[in-house]
Amino acid sequence: MKPFSHLDRLESESMHIIREVAAEFRNPVMLYSIGKDSAVMLHLAMKAFAPGVPPFPLLHVDTTWKFRAMIEFRDRIAREMGLELIVHTNQDGVAQGVNPFSHGSKVHTDIMKTEALKQALNAGGYDAAFGGARRDEEKSRAKERVFSFRSKSHRWDPKAQRPELWSLYNTRVAPGESVRVFPLSNWTELDIWQYIHREGIELVPLYFAAPRPIVEYNGMWIMVDDDRMPEEHRQNPVDRMVRFRTLGCYPLTGAVESQATSVPDIILELLASRASERQGRAIDKDQIGSMEKKKQEGYF
Amino acid sequence: MATDPADAPQIDIDAFLAQQDAKDQLRFITCGSVDDGKSTLLGRLLYDSKTVFEDQLGAAEVESKKYGTQGAEVDLALLVDGLQAEREQGITIDVAYRYFETDKRKFIAADTPGHEQYTRNMATGASTADLAIILIDARKGVLTQTRRHSFIVSLLGIKNVILAVNKMDLMDWDGATFEAIVEEYSAFVSDLEIEHVHAIPLSALTGANVFSGSAEMPWYQGPTLMRLLETIQIARDTTGLPFRMPVQWVNRPNSDFRGFSGTIASGDVSVGDPVAASLTGRSSRVSRIVGPSGDLDRAMAPQSVTVCLEDEIDISRGDMLAHPGTLPAVADQFAAHIVWMDSEKMLPERAYLVRFATAAATAQITDLVHKIDVNTLEKQATKTLELNEVGYCKLALDRAVPFDAYESVRQTGSFVLIDRFTNTTVGAGTIDFPLRRASNIEWHQMKVDKTARAAANGQTPRILWFTGFSGSGKSTVADRLEQKLHAIGRRTYLLDGDNVRHGLNKDLGFTDHDRVENIRRVAEVAKLMADAGLIVLTSFISPFRAERQMARDLLDEGEFVEVFVDTPLEVCEARDPKGLYKKARAGQLKNFTGIDSDYEPPEAAEITLKSAEQDPDTLADQIIAWLRDQKAI
Repeated sequence: MKPFSHLDRLESESMHIIREVAAEFRNPVMLYSIGKDSAVMLHLAMKAFAPGVPPFPLLHVDTTWKFRAMIEFRDRIAREMGLELIVHTNQDGVAQGVNPFSHGSKVHTDIMKTEALKQALNAGGYDAAFGGARRDEEKSRAKERVFSFRSKSHRWDPKAQRPELWSLYNTRVAPGESVRVFPLSNWTELDIWQYIHREGIELVPLYFAAPRPIVEYNGMWIMVDDDRMPEEHRQNPVDRMVRFRTLGCYPLTGAVESQATSVPDIILELLASRASERQGRAIDKDQIGSMEKKKQEGYF
Repeated sequence: MATDPADAPQIDIDAFLAQQDAKDQLRFITCGSVDDGKSTLLGRLLYDSKTVFEDQLGAAEVESKKYGTQGAEVDLALLVDGLQAEREQGITIDVAYRYFETDKRKFIAADTPGHEQYTRNMATGASTADLAIILIDARKGVLTQTRRHSFIVSLLGIKNVILAVNKMDLMDWDGATFEAIVEEYSAFVSDLEIEHVHAIPLSALTGANVFSGSAEMPWYQGPTLMRLLETIQIARDTTGLPFRMPVQWVNRPNSDFRGFSGTIASGDVSVGDPVAASLTGRSSRVSRIVGPSGDLDRAMAPQSVTVCLEDEIDISRGDMLAHPGTLPAVADQFAAHIVWMDSEKMLPERAYLVRFATAAATAQITDLVHKIDVNTLEKQATKTLELNEVGYCKLALDRAVPFDAYESVRQTGSFVLIDRFTNTTVGAGTIDFPLRRASNIEWHQMKVDKTARAAANGQTPRILWFTGFSGSGKSTVADRLEQKLHAIGRRTYLLDGDNVRHGLNKDLGFTDHDRVENIRRVAEVAKLMADAGLIVLTSFISPFRAERQMARDLLDEGEFVEVFVDTPLEVCEARDPKGLYKKARAGQLKNFTGIDSDYEPPEAAEITLKSAEQDPDTLADQIIAWLRDQKAI
C-alpha cells in the first residue's frame, strides 16, 4: 500500500466534512462557481458519496457577466454528473441595469453577487451552503471556521465564531440561520493544482493559455467576451497569449500573459510567480480589509 | 500583469510532483503570552520560506506605515494578523491558520492568541496539532499564561513542545538568561504529560536561529527552529491501534448497494475481516471497501471510506465499526476533563448537547469532581466552571454511545458540549474512562400504565407550568385554578415553590446551580404525578428557558403547558407580598430574580396571563377555557 501523502490527507478530511453536512443538515446546497476550486470540491463530493451521487443540488449565482465558456462548462458538467443545478440571478439588479462597467466593481458585486446569493439562499431555505474558499487565499479567510455560522441576515461575526475542535463540527442552527461550509479550508493553491493534475479533473479552458482578444481596462487586461462591453473600451483588442488565474465576471477578471497550456505548465508558472492569486481580482483592492467587510456583509 | 518567462526556474516538473507527493504534513500551534512575538515569528517563517508573495508584502508595507510598530521596517506580524480589528489594536484575537512548505515538509500553523479570554481558541488550535511552539519573552520568563498554555497542550495530547525563547536580541544574547528560563520551565512541565521539550533561543525579529543559525549565540549548539520542524518525528501512526470507524452516513444509492461511510479514526481494516457494530455487538464480515479512488483491499486511518458488509445488520450514524475482539466502550456515563469555553458559566445540572465523533446525545454533568488551577496544577473543589477553566467531571447521557479514552484515540475520545438554546459550543472534553451505571436497576414495564390511570380518573394528564417573577401572581392564580378544577371533579395537585423548598428541596439555595437542580427535581415529580393521571399545577419562578425546556422534554408531546404570568417587574416590586424585593434592593438577599439574577421570558408560552390588568378569577377562567378548547378537560 502506498504511503498516505499530504494530498490523500487533505482529500480524506474534505470528504469527511462533506459527509458531515449531508448527514446533519436538513437542506444543504453546494455553491458552484465553475472555477478550479469548485471543480475540486465537486470532485470530492462525488467521491464522498460514490457509488451514489451527492444528496444535494448545485447552486450557481449568475451575475450574467460570467465568461460564456464558464456557462457552457457549468451546464455540461451538471448534466454529465447527473446533479440538479439551480441558477439564480438577481432580477432586480438586471431590471436596474446593474453592470460592472457603469456601476463599478463594488456596486456590481454587492448587488449581483452578495445580494443575489442571499436571495438564492433565502429562496431555497438552505441551512448549509458549501463554498470552495481556502484559508490561504486571503488574510481574513485564514481565521474562518470550516463550519462558519451565519445569522438570519447572512452576516459573519468574526469575533463570535464557535470554537471548532478536532473534527467535531457544531452543526446546530435555529430556523433561518445557516452555516457556510468550507471543505477546502486547509488546501493551498499549490495543493489544488497538484490534485487537479493527479486526478485529471477537467477545468474551464480559460485557465489555460491561448490567444485571446484583450483590452486594457482599470489597470488590468480583460478579455472581450461579448459586445456588452462599452464601445470606448472595446477599441482595438489585441490578441495575446493569456490565461486566467481565477474566474469571475469577465470585466472584473484580469488576464495574465502566459504560455501555460497544461496543468504541469501552470504549476511551473505558479512556482515562478511572485504575485498571489487574488491580485487578479479587482474587488479585493477597493480598500484595506475589504474582503473582511464583504464577508461580514454576506459575501462568500 | 505578466510573468517574465526568464524568471521561470528550470524545474523538472515530474520530479517536482513526485517530490511533492512524498512530502508529509506537520501541524503545529504557536502559543504564548501577548507580546511574546507569536505573529512576528510566524510572519518570519512565512517570509523566510518565501511563502509571502510580493503583493501581500506590498500590502503589509502599506499597513506597516499605518499601524506598524517597527518604524521603517516591514512589521512581519501584519502578514498574519488577519482581521481588521486586530491590525488596528495590535493584538491577535482569534486563531489563524497559515500554510507554508519547505523542500522537506508541508506545514499548517495555527497562530493562537495569548489573551486570557481567548484561551478557548488555543485549545481549538491544539486539538488538531502534532506539536506546539510555546513562546517566551526572554525578558519576562515563564508567565502564568505560559503555564496555562502548556497545561492545555498537555491536556489535548500533544507530546512534543518547542520552547522558543524569543527576543534574545533584547537580552544581549545572554546564555545564562536562556538556561534559567529552560530550567524553570522544565521544572513546571515535569508534572504534565508532555514527553519532549526542545528549547531554542531565538529572535523572530532578526531571524536568529529561525531559519539560519546565530553568530550572536555561539553557546547554543542545537538545531534552528526550522531544522527541528523539518526533522522532528511525530508518533502519529495509529496502525497498531484497534480499528475504529465512526459511522457518518449510510450510503444507499440503490437497492444493490448498502455501505457505511466514515473516516477511519484508528487502526486498519481489510476485506474479509470480521467487524461489529459497537452499539448492538452484531457482527458480520467486510465484503467490500470503497476508497476515494475505487475499491481497496485494506484501508487505514485517516482514510475516508465506505465499508460494505456481508450481512444486513442494523447500523446507523452514531454507531462505530470495530473488530469484534476489540470493541470500544459503550456506556452512558464517563469521566472526562472539560475546558469551559463560554462566557456563561457551566451549570452542572443543566442538560447540554454533546457531540462525539458522529454520535450525539444529551448530557448532564452529574459530578464536578474538581477544577484545576493551571498555575499550580492544584485540584480545587468547585460548583461551576467559568470561561477558560478546566474541570474534571462525570457526565451522564440520555443514551449509551461508543467511545474510547482520549489518550488511546483522539478522534473517538473527544467531545464538545453545545448549549441547546444559543447553539454555541460551550465546552470541549477529553474522555478519561467509562463509568458503569448500576446495571441491576432497570426500568420496569408496569401493567397498569399512564393511559389506564388517566382513564380511571376520567381526564387527560397535563402539567400547567406557571412561570414569572416573584409576586407576579403565579401561586394566587394557580390556587384559584385548582379550586375551580376541583369543583368540576378533576383530580389535581399543586406543587408550590415555597412548599417544596420546605421538604423535598430544603437542601437547595438560590444560586444558579441550585435553581437548576430545584427545577429538575420538580419536573421529575411533576412527571410522576402526570404518570399517575393527575392534572399538575406547578408554581415556580423557573427563570431559565433551558430548565423549562428540560421539563417539557421529560413529558409527552402536548402534556406540558407553559403558563407565563406576564407581570411587569415594577408591578411585582410594588406588590412585594413577602417583602423580598425590599430586602433584595437593600442587598440583604442575593440572587433575587429581576434584581441581581436574570429572568428569561418564554418565547412561545401556550398561555400568557396579564395579572397587572385582570383579577385572578378571570385569569383562572382563561386557563379553564384554554383547557376546554384543547379538550383536556
